[in-house]
Amino acid sequence: MSAPTPPTPYVANKPKDIPSPAALRARIPGWGVDLDPKDRPSYPREVFDPAGTGAHWDYPEEQQEREGRERSIEHGQLTPVFGTSAPLHGVSGSIRRYAYRYGEGRAAHWLILMAGDRVDAWGAHLRSLASLRPDDPVTETGVLAEGRRHGIASRIGRGRVDVNHLWLDPVVVAGPWVAAAAGTAVVVRAIARRTRR
Amino acid sequence: MKAMAYRGPYRIRVEEKPMPTIEHPNDAIVRVTTAAICGSDLHLYHGLMPDTRVGTTFGHEFIGVVEEVGPSVQHLTRGDRVMVPFNVYCGSCYFCARGLYSNCHNVNPNATAVGGIYGYSHTCGGYDGGQAEFVRVPFADVGPTIIPDWMDSEDAVLLTDALATGYFGAQLGGIGEGDTVVVFGAGPVGLFAAKSAWLMGAGRVIVIDHLEYRLEKARVFAQAETFNFAEYDDIIVEMKKTTDYLGADVVIDAVGAEAGGSFLQQVTGTKLKLQGGSPVALNWAIDSVRKGGTVAVVGAYGPIFSAVKFGDALNKGLTLRMNQTPVKRQWPRLFEHIRNGYLKPSDIVTHRIPLEHIAEGYHMFSAKLDGCIKPLIIANPS
Repeated sequence: MSAPTPPTPYVANKPKDIPSPAALRARIPGWGVDLDPKDRPSYPREVFDPAGTGAHWDYPEEQQEREGRERSIEHGQLTPVFGTSAPLHGVSGSIRRYAYRYGEGRAAHWLILMAGDRVDAWGAHLRSLASLRPDDPVTETGVLAEGRRHGIASRIGRGRVDVNHLWLDPVVVAGPWVAAAAGTAVVVRAIARRTRR
Repeated sequence: MKAMAYRGPYRIRVEEKPMPTIEHPNDAIVRVTTAAICGSDLHLYHGLMPDTRVGTTFGHEFIGVVEEVGPSVQHLTRGDRVMVPFNVYCGSCYFCARGLYSNCHNVNPNATAVGGIYGYSHTCGGYDGGQAEFVRVPFADVGPTIIPDWMDSEDAVLLTDALATGYFGAQLGGIGEGDTVVVFGAGPVGLFAAKSAWLMGAGRVIVIDHLEYRLEKARVFAQAETFNFAEYDDIIVEMKKTTDYLGADVVIDAVGAEAGGSFLQQVTGTKLKLQGGSPVALNWAIDSVRKGGTVAVVGAYGPIFSAVKFGDALNKGLTLRMNQTPVKRQWPRLFEHIRNGYLKPSDIVTHRIPLEHIAEGYHMFSAKLDGCIKPLIIANPS
């Protein structure tokens, strides 16, 4: 009785146990039609073809600049076209503008932007309370889908790995609010004590 | 017009917003008929992408009808039914001239490291997206294409990102005949990557996920072998065992920054946001590919640093390839594949949701309720 062949990495030319091309073609419609890399659309990766893109300009006309449009300092100029979905405003705008002093290679750039995002969200929430349409955690989180889209059945017995850290969600969501409330309480108490003196 | 509007992490609502206007001579305004929620939209929804501003509208997968064109638009007219690639690009800059449309340098003042993407934060240029009744489409002569008469609308909307990205992921892998290909993630992009791997001659295609209903789809739709990583103590060891201790020739990361599977990485990455999301899928890809193999990354990652196992990639001599997909470059070949019946992208659509109910759609997709694989948003029923 011969000894079993060692696993593939330990021998020179052990063939892989792969079905033949004919068997694969029979099972999978279109198997191998793009076997030749030349049939793959992004081969080669870069093809110099400026006439093939649909552009009829060498450099596009420039979109009218809105005052103070922020840009990465890694750009040599404001790009000729840009989005205008949410211009900088308020405290979050100041934070974000500060972030754009740093290059994209710096952690500060991205982390300050993330801080600006959180301030923007909290600010919008607070502002909404003074509006005709305050934020509504029921409709805006889409949580009603739990009742309408088999929320319980979707979670039971499926071995979801994220269940392991579901307990953390309330901490992450509520944590900043609790911290902010505690901070406010400390500040208010300090002011009250000083006023009493 | 009605549009989805971001209100902060895990919160969106439908608002009345001003109609988009022509802001540049080559702009078009498109009346959106169908949009999709993409897995990468969840990174925005979960507050992982820097400079995601309250009030912005998400949505980079959409089709619609041209409503208005700017004075320099030559290739489109009002009433054309168009599909719009998720990339905003000028067609003439240094990068576009070389076919790197997703790396266009003329459309995103906020960053040089990423191009312009509809509805994908100011880090990607600050464009409003297509989860709305109307959307501004810059460079209308370059990005959009008229949808062929024979093409189904739901196939067309999936061509604007998910299918093109899945196919591109397989292509980045440089798959050779008989290669063993492992795909991490059985979401839409992973399913399409697995399906595309066969077209490129793979000998074996394995899909890994932790949700059984998605793995079932991978078996039926993509004819793949499947592994549920939640059932194994160490999925990497399992991958080594099933490849005769060699490792896969090509691994495709179709998960991106929302990966589960490691408590520590999930908590620090996706919960506390101390990393650019959880790099578990990318690390597992590096671990499970064979030495000298290729890791292709099409799962979306943000710009913030992540704890990636670069030393292992170095020591194993890996080729790492990645990019946002230059979508329109993929289209002619993918049109052929759809026409020939090799690909039927709309087979993965599971839900069709009116724009008014988009908040529930996001929650359902995010929480993976109701067997959700790909939800479409019906903005203007046509």
